[in-house]
Order: sequence, then structure tokens, then C-alpha cells
Amino acid sequence: MARAVTPAHKATVTFFAWAIGLLIFFPILWTILTSFKTEAEAIASPPSFVGFDWTLENYSTVMERSNYFLHFLNSVVISVGSTLIGLLIAIPAAWSMAFVPGKRTKDVLMWMLSTKMLPPVGVLIPIYLIFRDTGLLDTRTGLVIVLTLINLPIIVWMLYTYFKEIPVDILEAARMDGASLRAEIIYVLTPMAVPGIASTLLLNIILAWNEAFWTLNLTAAKAAPLTAFIASYSSPEGLFYAKLSAASTMAIAPILVMGWFSQKQLVRGLTFGAVK
Amino acid sequence: MATQHSKSAARFMISPAVLLLLGWMLIPLSLTLYFSFLRYNLLMPGTEEWAGLLNYRFFLTDPAFFDAIWNTLLLVGGVLVITVVGGVLLALLLDQPFWGQGIVRILVIAPFFVMPTVSALVWKNMFMNPVNGLFAFLAKAVGLEPFDFLAHAPLSSIILIVAWGWLPFATLILLTALQSLDSEQLEAAEMDGASWMSRFFYIMLPHLARAITVVILIQTIFLLSVFAEILVTTNGGPGTATTNLTFLVYAQSLLQFDVGAGSAGGVVAIILANIVAIFLMRMIGKNLDA
Repeated sequence: MARAVTPAHKATVTFFAWAIGLLIFFPILWTILTSFKTEAEAIASPPSFVGFDWTLENYSTVMERSNYFLHFLNSVVISVGSTLIGLLIAIPAAWSMAFVPGKRTKDVLMWMLSTKMLPPVGVLIPIYLIFRDTGLLDTRTGLVIVLTLINLPIIVWMLYTYFKEIPVDILEAARMDGASLRAEIIYVLTPMAVPGIASTLLLNIILAWNEAFWTLNLTAAKAAPLTAFIASYSSPEGLFYAKLSAASTMAIAPILVMGWFSQKQLVRGLTFGAVK
Repeated sequence: MATQHSKSAARFMISPAVLLLLGWMLIPLSLTLYFSFLRYNLLMPGTEEWAGLLNYRFFLTDPAFFDAIWNTLLLVGGVLVITVVGGVLLALLLDQPFWGQGIVRILVIAPFFVMPTVSALVWKNMFMNPVNGLFAFLAKAVGLEPFDFLAHAPLSSIILIVAWGWLPFATLILLTALQSLDSEQLEAAEMDGASWMSRFFYIMLPHLARAITVVILIQTIFLLSVFAEILVTTNGGPGTATTNLTFLVYAQSLLQFDVGAGSAGGVVAIILANIVAIFLMRMIGKNLDA
């Protein structure tokens, strides 16, 4: 039995929810609007909301002048690459822990999680020096390696919580029918596991895309993804608000769209299944 | 029943992940520990020598260290207070029926997906800039002097920027937890004449306690390592006003090239993070049994 809601109450809630929602979203909205202004309009006082001459000039300037496409490509390669490699390593591990649990499975899971608690700054120096000596500094390969490793625990955990929900009876039925391990994985498990794998993929691309400790410390120019590229706007180019806004909008737009799709999975992924 | 065959297969499948993480943990960690006992400067290669506890003494008596610890605590604490209190209030609001729920949810969650360098620069330049920022314009519009946020209240400004990014996280998790609350329990309490306040404090808040703890612990892990927001806004300054432990170690090792002292700082950071981690792991471990 649902509680009756008076229209007046609903209208009040609607008003406040929208007001606060728009307030929280405002910095993003403002960035997007500013990206379509000229530099003069971007710092005009009073600022104008929509009544300015919309222009795409900033986008073309940013793309021409700053090798934007290279950094965008770096972000794609690093986030997608580290996620795919992470999945390749994590799927077998999560599969075996979910379906063939041993006495120590729980310990292994907790231990994997504990590696995620390691503060990056605690291992920054050795990683930096190893990368310097092996020529991995400022390379996409180097960042793919680091991001794969730092996100591996999250990937294993997310997959584990999804795999756990697949009914074991079905697997046993397949085994009874004489399905080999390989056939079991390909024909029974995979179709049921795809949604979980997809959400894990999405969330991890987002996390890797926005990662801003290792990407800032291990890249200079060549392999810099968008996080590091935007950081180069800190001064004095940051005073070109319209261009900063255009670069920012392009950097966050793809992830905003992906994030909105994956908001339901976000909770379980980021709480390691502690809140569902 | 798992067969012997499937058991060894399972062990085989799990080993790449375990070995990689083991290497990732042990190799850099032992190197950090080793470096922290060395006199080791990147500008003077080949002169490394055993220094015992000298780096720790240097690091722990550096006034910047206490500033950094204090700033780290203020940053973590400030963001936690804003996001948890704000998150509970927002979750309570968004849990009620209203028009456009889906869209408002999307608006509220959006800041979490903005990369730290973007959010920091947008806030720094377009909002907090004392000349051209939107806040300066609003201040002037009501006849006030524009306030130079990052010069006069640098740490609070960074707390605000970071909290903006984490508020959606807290809200989303608390909202998810709130939605799993049995509404009949609330209705029964209401029929028994419980006021809104007592329903909140005796039913909702206890129900949320677990989610709040998870939010606090997970955010603390990430907030101890806030870095990009500081790098692009204040670079740790003015002075050491916004230098947290993470930034101090970075500055010590990669800007001043003092690997030894930087490593000692890294070890301190690991110890701090571990204290939080132990509590978090217990919470998650409990859930694993359930």
C-alpha cells in the first residue's frame, strides 16, 4: 500500500529537487555554455546566459593549436586498453572464486581489495624510477600497465559480485550433461555473465579516464591523456575561459554520457558490493 | 561438488591476477621502504648511502610535515562533513516522489564524472577568480568586495571543489540504501503517531548507518590521496596552506629530488591509509558472509 501523496507536497518536492539539482549541475552547464562564447563574452560583466552569439570557434582553436586529438586518443587507448587487459586477467579469477570457492577464497578477495587501499603516493617513487630506467615514462604502455594494476581489484570484485548471482544449478546441470569446462564457459556462463561484464567495463573506463594521479606524474607530453592536457591550462592559458571551457567540455562529454548509463552499477562497483 | 580437476583449474585461473597484484604490492612497497633508509638524491646519482632513520627524523621534524598532516585531516574531514550531511539531506529529498526524477538524478550525479583537473580549473577560473569569476560578479552585484578565494581561504576553496565532486557519490549510495528501506515500517510508525523527526532518527538513520559508514570509509581512502585539485589550483600554497601529505611527498621527491625523505613520507602515508583500510575491510568482510 503506497502512501497517498498530495499534489501540493509533490509540487513542493519537485521545486526543491529541481532547484538543487540545477545548482549542483550548474558548473558543468556554465562550462558548456562558456565554450560557445567568444573570449570577450566569456568574461563579460554582467555575464550572459544564452543571449550571446554562439560560436564554435573555440572548439576549432583548441583542436588546431594543441594537438587535442592526440591527447584524446591517449585517453581512449589508456582507459579502454587498461580496462580490457584488466578484464582478461580478472574474468578467470572472478569466475573461479565465484563458482569453485575454496577455503581461502574470501581471504584472497579481501587481500586483493587491500591492495586498492595502498595510497598511490606510497609507491610513486619506485614506480617513477622503474619507469625512468625502463623507458616507460611518458608512454601509453606504461600508463596502461599502471592503470590495469590499480583497477584490477575493483574489476575482480565487481565481476565476483555479478558472477555470484548466476545460479550454480545451471552450471551443474550443464556439467551433468557432460559439458566440458570450455563448453560450460562459452555456452552457459558467458551469455549470463555479459551484462555484469559490460557494467564492469563501463565503470572502469570511467575510472581510468578520470584517473589524475598517475596520469599527471608519469606523462609529460607524448602520452599525456586529457587529464594531464587540461592541467596544462592551469596557467596562464586558463585565463582564456572560452577555450578552457571548450577543452573541458570535450574532455568530460563522453564520460558524462557513459556515466549516466552506468549510474546503477556505480553504487555496487564503488562499494565493493557493500551497498546494493 | 567441485572436482579435483576443476579445483586445480580454478587455481590456475586465479594465479595471474594474484601474481600481478602481489608484484604490484611487494616490489614498489619494499623499494619505498628501502629508499626511506637511504640518503638518496636524484641530482646526485651514485652517492646513495645508508642513512638509518635520518629521513624519518628529517621528515617528521619538518614543520611542513605537521602542516601537511593538519591539512590532510582538515581536507578529509571537511569534505566528509559536507558530503555526508549534504548527501543524507539530498537522498531524503530525492527519495520522495516528484516530477522529473530521472532527469534530476542525472543532474545530481554528473559532477562525479568530471575529471579532477577539469573541475578544479573550472572552479578556480570561472567561479573563484576575483576579477572575472562568477562569484566576484555576484559579490559586486550585491555591493560587496570580490573575495579572492584561493588566496585568502585556499584550503576551504579546495574542500569545496573536492566536495562538489564527491557529493554525488554520497547521495547516490545513500539514496540506494534509503530505497531499500521497507516503507511499511515507516507507515506503521506514522500510524502510531511518530513524528517526522522521530521517524528519521529512529528508523531512517539507523537504516542508513551502514551505508554512511561505507561512504565515509571509501571516501577517506580516496580523499587521503587528493592531488590533482591541489596541483592545478594552488600548487600546495600559499606557503604550505594547501599542502596535504600526498602533495608533500610529491614535492619532496619529484620537485626537490630528495627520494629518501620522500619515501619516508610515503611510508607515513601508507600507515595512515592502513588505519582507515582496516576498518573498511572489516565492514566489507562482514557483508561477504551475509
